[in-house]
Amino acid sequence: MDCFNYPLDTKTLRRKRAKIYRELSEKPGLIEKKVAVLGGSTTNDVVDMLSIFLLNHGIKASFYQSEYGQYWQDAMFGSPELDAMNPDIIYIHTSWRNITDFPQMDMDKSTVDDLLENQYQHFEAMWTALEEKFHCPIIQNNFDRPNYRLMGNRDIWDYRGRSNFISRLNQRFYDYANNHTGFYINDIDYLAQDYGLSQWNDAKYWHMYKCAMNMDAIPYVAQSVASIIKSIYGRNKKVLALDLDNTLWGGIVGDDGVEGIAIGPEVPAGQVYAEFQSYCKNLKDIGVVLAIDSKNDEANAIAGLNHPDGILRPDDFVSIKANWNPKDLNLSQMASELTLGVDSFVFADDNPAEREIVHSQLGVETPAMDGAENYIKVLDHGGYFEVTNFSGEDMKKTQMYHAKAEAKKAQAAFADYGQYLDSLDMTAYITGFEPIMIQRVAQLTNKSNQFNLTTLRCSEDDIRQMQDGGKHICMAGKLVDKFADNGIVTVVAGEIEGSIVDIKLWLMSCRVLKRGMEDLMMNEFVSRCKEKGVGKIVAHYYPTAKNSMVKDFYGDYGFTLENEDEAGNRTYSINVADYEQKPVHINL
Amino acid sequence: MNREEILSKINEIFQDAFDDDSLEISESTTANDIEGWDSLMQMNLIEMIEDEFEFQFTMDEVAALKNVGSIVDIVASHV
Repeated sequence: MDCFNYPLDTKTLRRKRAKIYRELSEKPGLIEKKVAVLGGSTTNDVVDMLSIFLLNHGIKASFYQSEYGQYWQDAMFGSPELDAMNPDIIYIHTSWRNITDFPQMDMDKSTVDDLLENQYQHFEAMWTALEEKFHCPIIQNNFDRPNYRLMGNRDIWDYRGRSNFISRLNQRFYDYANNHTGFYINDIDYLAQDYGLSQWNDAKYWHMYKCAMNMDAIPYVAQSVASIIKSIYGRNKKVLALDLDNTLWGGIVGDDGVEGIAIGPEVPAGQVYAEFQSYCKNLKDIGVVLAIDSKNDEANAIAGLNHPDGILRPDDFVSIKANWNPKDLNLSQMASELTLGVDSFVFADDNPAEREIVHSQLGVETPAMDGAENYIKVLDHGGYFEVTNFSGEDMKKTQMYHAKAEAKKAQAAFADYGQYLDSLDMTAYITGFEPIMIQRVAQLTNKSNQFNLTTLRCSEDDIRQMQDGGKHICMAGKLVDKFADNGIVTVVAGEIEGSIVDIKLWLMSCRVLKRGMEDLMMNEFVSRCKEKGVGKIVAHYYPTAKNSMVKDFYGDYGFTLENEDEAGNRTYSINVADYEQKPVHINL
Repeated sequence: MNREEILSKINEIFQDAFDDDSLEISESTTANDIEGWDSLMQMNLIEMIEDEFEFQFTMDEVAALKNVGSIVDIVASHV
């Protein structure tokens, strides 16, 4: 829905909230999550807005809210309701109003330092308690700027200034975030500035409603929290598909020629587009994949992308569709080539008519790219590519997709598929869930949808517990071939009960589909079962909207179908002794 | 805008807020007459009225609200 895109239509969001909630709740394929909101102010409105923003990302949340202002008590001493809920995510909604002690003008530096430490410890003790009890991600607001600056400009740099004190306290929060996975800052300091600090701090809302900020700003707060949550659960967008003419440069390359388009330092219009190209290039560094979807002759498109003053080059894109086909058709083709869902795309085009077609045909997000000077702002405020976990793999995404395309081409040249696989010089490394891999393994369980038998989503703690608990066979597989190091691409975990192992988790990244990696993993899994004295393997397939490709996975390995319920949930089993090793083309 | 027009627009706001298209209010309607019209809903209603008529209530105005009629009074004084 358009009201969710920047600039937010806060009027509609408020007015039609009940209706929007009702409609979005009926969408198929929603995942359910339990969210505890621990507030230092009124949180009802935050929860109301958060619920529809999350639904818009396909997440149906049930909420716990602490009693007014009881965030700290709930965390430290528990509440029966909160404990019973056992939340998936905790959001701590505090603001500068919750700082209980500020520096006074007659205090010396070390007194203020002690004060800061006290205020900080109040929070850290709470995070520790929550972490120990619930082992789930925590989202914590930082502090916004306060309602006045007693010393004027001096307030921000003098240790006695409230502004300075808050800035230092925030820095302590960030240090904690840097040292703790599963802890995320919701940057209301930025939101307040972006909204306009005087409006944000309109005191009426605090004194009348005990609402920490202007109620009109709450949709922005909810959008921000929802962006973090959806990112944690693997619902980020992955691909930015871009138009060319008047999107990546000014003018029309087919009409104006390469010399005639506006890009580069010479004129203001050229500078605006160059800055936008730089922004897109930076997106690549956080793992966003770029593509072109443009009505153009391909030769003109490539020529435009090779403009000497341009920043982006043809090989920055994993796919360039420059032709005269409808753009929605190009986009869905691109999606299937990259083995991604169209819901992983954001489509950026200056032409509202093209946006409308792509949006109505495919439901793809199409931010309102009106005015080249607004492009960066519109995309950046959309929260499409919110980074929560960042791994080295993310920086190499484009390279990996390129390698995949190369591999597809190479494949065409071989008559026999086995010969082709041999030519890839593949080497696999199979290990348990080593500490260094935990983040990536958890990320995969949350991101993989297609080649995923049980769609079991795991936090980093869940993964750690499997590895350390001694009850699981844990396997992570990394695959290197002559084109690229694909990194960890497959994760398997089975729980041992006596002489039976139950496969709780079996997933693989689609980027290594049809390489035989799954055969190797199965061979290895069975070997490990033998080592552990396991006689029988039980396995499951739980259908989702996206994983039908692995419906018959276990059947293909000779497992017997024991049971299938009405929803299509299947249970399989096999005696370890009956398993026949599959031939593979990968070195171990 | 006369009182009837204002009341009619406020009625639409109430219908959206309570997600009930059959809801009909009058100037004498109070919070006791509508299930779910609590202090939290009151916050939301005021925000929606501010959006619709493009002005901001002062704290004193909010404090003095008694029924729908008093909302109409305040709106009428601003538009």
